[in-house]
Amino acid sequence: MARPVREINAGSMADIAFLLLIFFLVTTTMDVDTGITRKLPPPLDPNAEPPKVKERNILKVLVNKNDRLMVDGKPATLSNLAERTKTFLTNPQNKENMPEMRVEEIDYLGRVKISKGIISLKNDRGTSYDMYIQVQNELTKAVNEMRNDLAQRKFGIKYDKLKNEEYRKAIQEAVPVPISEAEPEDVGE
Amino acid sequence: MSRFKTSQSKETPAISTASLPDIIFMLLFFFMVTTTMRETTPLVQVKTPEATEVQKLEKKSLVSYINIGPPLNTNKYGTESRIQLNDRFANVASIQEFVTAERQARDESDRQKITFSLKVDEDVRMGIVTDVKQELRQANALKINYSTRKAADKKRSGNIY
Repeated sequence: MARPVREINAGSMADIAFLLLIFFLVTTTMDVDTGITRKLPPPLDPNAEPPKVKERNILKVLVNKNDRLMVDGKPATLSNLAERTKTFLTNPQNKENMPEMRVEEIDYLGRVKISKGIISLKNDRGTSYDMYIQVQNELTKAVNEMRNDLAQRKFGIKYDKLKNEEYRKAIQEAVPVPISEAEPEDVGE
Repeated sequence: MSRFKTSQSKETPAISTASLPDIIFMLLFFFMVTTTMRETTPLVQVKTPEATEVQKLEKKSLVSYINIGPPLNTNKYGTESRIQLNDRFANVASIQEFVTAERQARDESDRQKITFSLKVDEDVRMGIVTDVKQELRQANALKINYSTRKAADKKRSGNIY
């Protein structure tokens, strides 16, 4: 004889619903805005003299209207720009033609060497935005690597994993973003 | 021996719908969480370039957007890249006005913390972007962000010059 069909226990339905809810919550990627953050220089005072910077402290990066890259007067490629920038800023071999260093006392870090190097970025009005971002990206990569190295040395953890806001500030101070964008002008070919 | 009384009727009982509201609520919450309200209708087409070294933009309430790209309605507006501020096209000269308006809309304490996010199409020429940047400098809006998509670490092919 067949047993009577009992009412299905709906008590666990809520659990299933929650399970689904959590699944969707976890798998849905919110549309997060991401980008490269930059700080523009304050407006130029027309009477102010441009600061004198020694030749050895400048790395000239030029992008022309055909999206060709030129670094220190020679054609270059995007692929090793980050590496070159890093070598330029850190000056590992203390070369005469590479940037000077100044030593400064920074909280949490002690005495650190800060590069005086500046990257002068110039682009033409005809440069594509994509290329410009790629160059900015490579330069940022160099800075991020230097920050990672310093954070690894001082705190034993990479900069992007560093949570402490004060430590982050200290690292930012020790490794600034040394990009100076020229006043707009046509670079041409 | 069962602790519960078992019904002795032979008919199939109706499936309980007591949890139906739960499911509906769940769906509702799901859509509530994932839906982001679009505040402006896009007038220009923006496909931001890819980059690897991107940062997240925090505090969306402190971000203002400047869209630059070719118009979506090419029949009406042509293909020349245009600037879109809020819901309409704008020219470079109105950027400063826009900055002031955006500042007015925020609390006093937040006015200097506004980040201007440049959502620029990857095919746009730098000329217009440079002009916008100069205007932002004049308006003393110095915190900017180049909106980019996060790319995998590998470089796209065809982009190595």
